[in-house]
Amino acid sequence: MSAGLSTQVGQLARRSVLRTLRQPGQIVPALVFPLFLLAVNSGGLKETTNLPGFPTDSYLTFALAVPFMQGALFSVMNAGTDLARDIETGFLNRLALTPLRGAALLSGLLAGAVVLGVVQAVVYLSVGLIAGAELAAGAGGALVIVVLSVSITVAFGTIGLFAALRTGSGEAVQGLFPLFFVVLFLSSMALPLELLQTDWFHAVASANPVSYLLQAFRSLLIEGWNLGDLALGFGIAAAVLAIGMFAASAALKTRLVRT
Amino acid sequence: MSGDSAERAGIEVEGLVREFKNGPRAVDGIDLRVAPGAIYGFLGPNGAGKSTTVLMLTTLLPPTAGTARVAGFDIVREGGRLRGAIGAALQEAALDPLLTGREHMRLQTALHGLAKAERSERSDELLARVGLSEAADRKVGGYSGGMKRRLDLALALAHRPRILFLDEPTTGLDIQSRTALWDEVARLASEDGVTVFLTTQYLEEADALANQVGIIDHGKIVAEGTPAELKAEIGRPTVEAVPRDPADQERVARALQPFGERCGTTHRGGASVLLTGGESQLADVVRALDAEGIAIEQLQLHAPSLDDVFLAKTGRSLEGAGEEEAEADSGEMAAVRA
Repeated sequence: MSAGLSTQVGQLARRSVLRTLRQPGQIVPALVFPLFLLAVNSGGLKETTNLPGFPTDSYLTFALAVPFMQGALFSVMNAGTDLARDIETGFLNRLALTPLRGAALLSGLLAGAVVLGVVQAVVYLSVGLIAGAELAAGAGGALVIVVLSVSITVAFGTIGLFAALRTGSGEAVQGLFPLFFVVLFLSSMALPLELLQTDWFHAVASANPVSYLLQAFRSLLIEGWNLGDLALGFGIAAAVLAIGMFAASAALKTRLVRT
Repeated sequence: MSGDSAERAGIEVEGLVREFKNGPRAVDGIDLRVAPGAIYGFLGPNGAGKSTTVLMLTTLLPPTAGTARVAGFDIVREGGRLRGAIGAALQEAALDPLLTGREHMRLQTALHGLAKAERSERSDELLARVGLSEAADRKVGGYSGGMKRRLDLALALAHRPRILFLDEPTTGLDIQSRTALWDEVARLASEDGVTVFLTTQYLEEADALANQVGIIDHGKIVAEGTPAELKAEIGRPTVEAVPRDPADQERVARALQPFGERCGTTHRGGASVLLTGGESQLADVVRALDAEGIAIEQLQLHAPSLDDVFLAKTGRSLEGAGEEEAEADSGEMAAVRA
């Protein structure tokens, strides 16, 4: 007697979604914190749009890409912390005693990240548009923004799962947050790549995949449809997902030493 | 072994060893055999190797050496099939505080592959059996320790396992919750024919439930048998008589002397003797005291306990040993989870 893969994924996804919805402490900061930073940055840096070559005269529109990335960072914390708690409490051992497949466990755990990703994307975009941001790609662009945001959220979530499986500690997973925040700051978060004047910062930001994820959002918000930027953004998300899932699967095999 | 005979089988362990990096041999070459349908009490102090043994037998920890078959399946080579035949409630009730009892059951029955229609029926049946029907839709975070343990047991039974592993299931429970759990475990073995492997550090638990007891200390099994056999192996009962008149103490001692060894006076003003012929001599003792015309205030028969067995085999009392080795145990479990 063994459940099919779809049943296993479905049941664990249901649990993951229920857990997410029952923890306002996970949802509220992931919504409020990025919007707060958006308000501060778009108010304080709006003169930046006067720089020659700045792609838009609305800094709010330019900065609206950032909350989607910050939201993805919260998914690292949430997915990782939930799994680390399962390890700490022994719940993972309970699951290991069922005919559960590793792929089902990881996919099910990411379901909560999908739900959070959808909620985050819709809220960020709605608040941004209400506050006066532009959306050059129209309604179709809004849909693609949500899909891209969820993709990045899930991809980054696998990094949280990997960290949890490697360390087995919620505190260790949370310790990643400042590190990821530094990576976000070392990108084109505040200015377009071509306007970054400091050589080392320009070099680091140009090598930072986060810059291209931000550009994928900005292309839809500012330009309209730029298939090259979108392909690069989705490609990076897919690559992070693939690497993250591979690493998490390997870590799961080590963690679940069941024979 | 065919599927049918595998289902009927119990547990067979030979030379099982588990060593941790930079640590002691948590389990040091144990042999044991549990008959199908029996309750095996695995008794020992904290840090003795009980939980490590359970983790190996449930396939959650590979052994360093030795072999074991559970429900007819090898713990190393047939882990997947073995897990389908067993249920386990490990040392701490591993539950999700954000899910309800019913949601736990739903998840467990689904992951074990029960048909959709059967899941809710089985869940309701088990929740009722462990007395959690009314609390089924409450989040587990609000359950008491006893309720969590009972839910843990129900979850372990979700897929009708032939063998059930219970790792210290009553630790920390009040006497009422403990008794309720004992009743259910006894019923599972006697009515459903489930083989139960129960670890415990409570002497009375092993005594009350187990058909067979193995005593483990420092990773080795130091004694094995039925509770009665173990006690009989170690000692015979002691009878103590306290006269109504303290001046008769010496007379009582003289009257008891023919019945056994180590006859002497006691601090309560009476005398005691280790009965050579066992409990059956009690009537003769009463007759002898009566023949001497001694008025007796109290007459007590002290049966040998499993603690006497532990003391005889290890030189320590079980309860004291538990306190001594609690620290070692926490280190061991950290290693298992690391």
